[in-house]
Amino acid sequence: MASGPFSSIRWGKNLFILISGLIILITILFYTLPLISLILRITPAEFITAICEPNVRSAITLSLVTATTATIIVVLLGTPLAYMNARIDYPGRKFIETLIDVPIVLPPSVAGLALLVLFGRRGLIGSYFSEFGITIIFTSVAVIIAQIFVAGPLYIRQAKSAFAMVDQVYESAARTLGAGRLLTFIKVTVPLARTGLISGIILSFARAIGEFGATIMVAGNLPGRTQTMPLAIYGFMQSDLTASIALSIVLIAISFIILILIRVISGRAA
Amino acid sequence: MLEVKMSKKLRDFDLDVEINVRPGEVLALLGENGSGKSTILNLLAGLLTPDEGEITLNGRILFSGADNRSIPPEERNIGYVFQNYALFPHMSAFENVAFGLKRRKIGAGEIQVLVSRMLEELGIGHLISERVTDLSGGQRQRVALARALVIQPDLLLLDEPLTALDRKTKEKIRQELREELVKSNKPSIIVTHSLRDARMIGDRVIILERGKVIWTGQPDELMINSPMRHEPDNTGEYVCFPANNKE
Repeated sequence: MASGPFSSIRWGKNLFILISGLIILITILFYTLPLISLILRITPAEFITAICEPNVRSAITLSLVTATTATIIVVLLGTPLAYMNARIDYPGRKFIETLIDVPIVLPPSVAGLALLVLFGRRGLIGSYFSEFGITIIFTSVAVIIAQIFVAGPLYIRQAKSAFAMVDQVYESAARTLGAGRLLTFIKVTVPLARTGLISGIILSFARAIGEFGATIMVAGNLPGRTQTMPLAIYGFMQSDLTASIALSIVLIAISFIILILIRVISGRAA
Repeated sequence: MLEVKMSKKLRDFDLDVEINVRPGEVLALLGENGSGKSTILNLLAGLLTPDEGEITLNGRILFSGADNRSIPPEERNIGYVFQNYALFPHMSAFENVAFGLKRRKIGAGEIQVLVSRMLEELGIGHLISERVTDLSGGQRQRVALARALVIQPDLLLLDEPLTALDRKTKEKIRQELREELVKSNKPSIIVTHSLRDARMIGDRVIILERGKVIWTGQPDELMINSPMRHEPDNTGEYVCFPANNKE
């Protein structure tokens, strides 16, 4: 019969292994079972039939087009801002940086409601547009605006820290060799920051393509016009669960591709 | 000919210097860390702007405090070898050396010839397509020198060009560097905190302390009557400290 201090140490060690194993197992099951059950719910044939439906296909196309457009706009406007924040200590920089971070912590439905009030027919900006007969809310433009609002901060944050990590001596060297500010930025700064910039682009694209709360508030859920993949999943849930599941699988696939891309890129940088 | 008279308020002291360098002359700027040596190079290169004064290079005014005029660094045509060299890590040796030539609207064929010849001359022709991150300290130093010389600068600035090298490489490169600088027939300024570097490379030595020139003389006079105390540092290299500042 086991007795004495040695056996009680061994017993404690075994208990420790048992508990940690259990925690790991629960974690794995909790995060994989829901996804697996989705995939097991429909057959490959049902999946293919579902994603060929016009409403499903238009949701996929709309999502890809709007998320890509939003990401391009975020990169075009966010890159100079991120660089400025990384290099120049202008008055009010801290305030601007905090402001940009707001959408990260703001509940998406609040962001959507705020955008709706701003761009609505009687809104601060929307009223001017409606005088010219231009409606923004409940259009694809509203989808893109919502995506920019929630996804932009992710890119700007990431790009700022990528730029801050580029030693300024390389920029100085380029300048003395005859490159102006813009050329130095394009030829030296951006290539040296590219790993961080690319992962910022991927992150903000992922956030944009998954956007739901803000979009449904400001753009509605109109098939073919504002119904992106996440909205279509919600819309089809009552009438056509197979279509919802098929779209979810497409989004899961996109998420996995994004995760792998980030792994590959950050691995290459290390 | 480089003629400089400039001042700038720095955090700890005011920098105020008057420096002239003839073509083909190598001026050694000697001083302890934080005496303002590198700041002088950055002011000359246009990476920093003086508060007052005038910088003239071959009769061309690069900076004039009176006229409130400052030519940007990319238009000064000054070759600058940075401390730790600042070679672009995402480019090959060729691309690093070609960078300045490309900004000068030179044809691709001619760039190829100029870069090859330059690297050949410095004994690293075989490394032309290597990534600079794969090169040794001495090889990087040569690429940095090639990059600064190939643009045919009107002035050469070298910031501690030998500090990052091991002792054996240092002895060898010191001699080569002296020859290259004299051969270029441009005014050169080399910043160092090593007495040996100053004596071996410089034609004339200036000692800087807290932003002011406290001694000017010939390299031979350095050991005899300079106001500096010199002591070996941990690598056995003699470096200088102000004589009145014994710890």
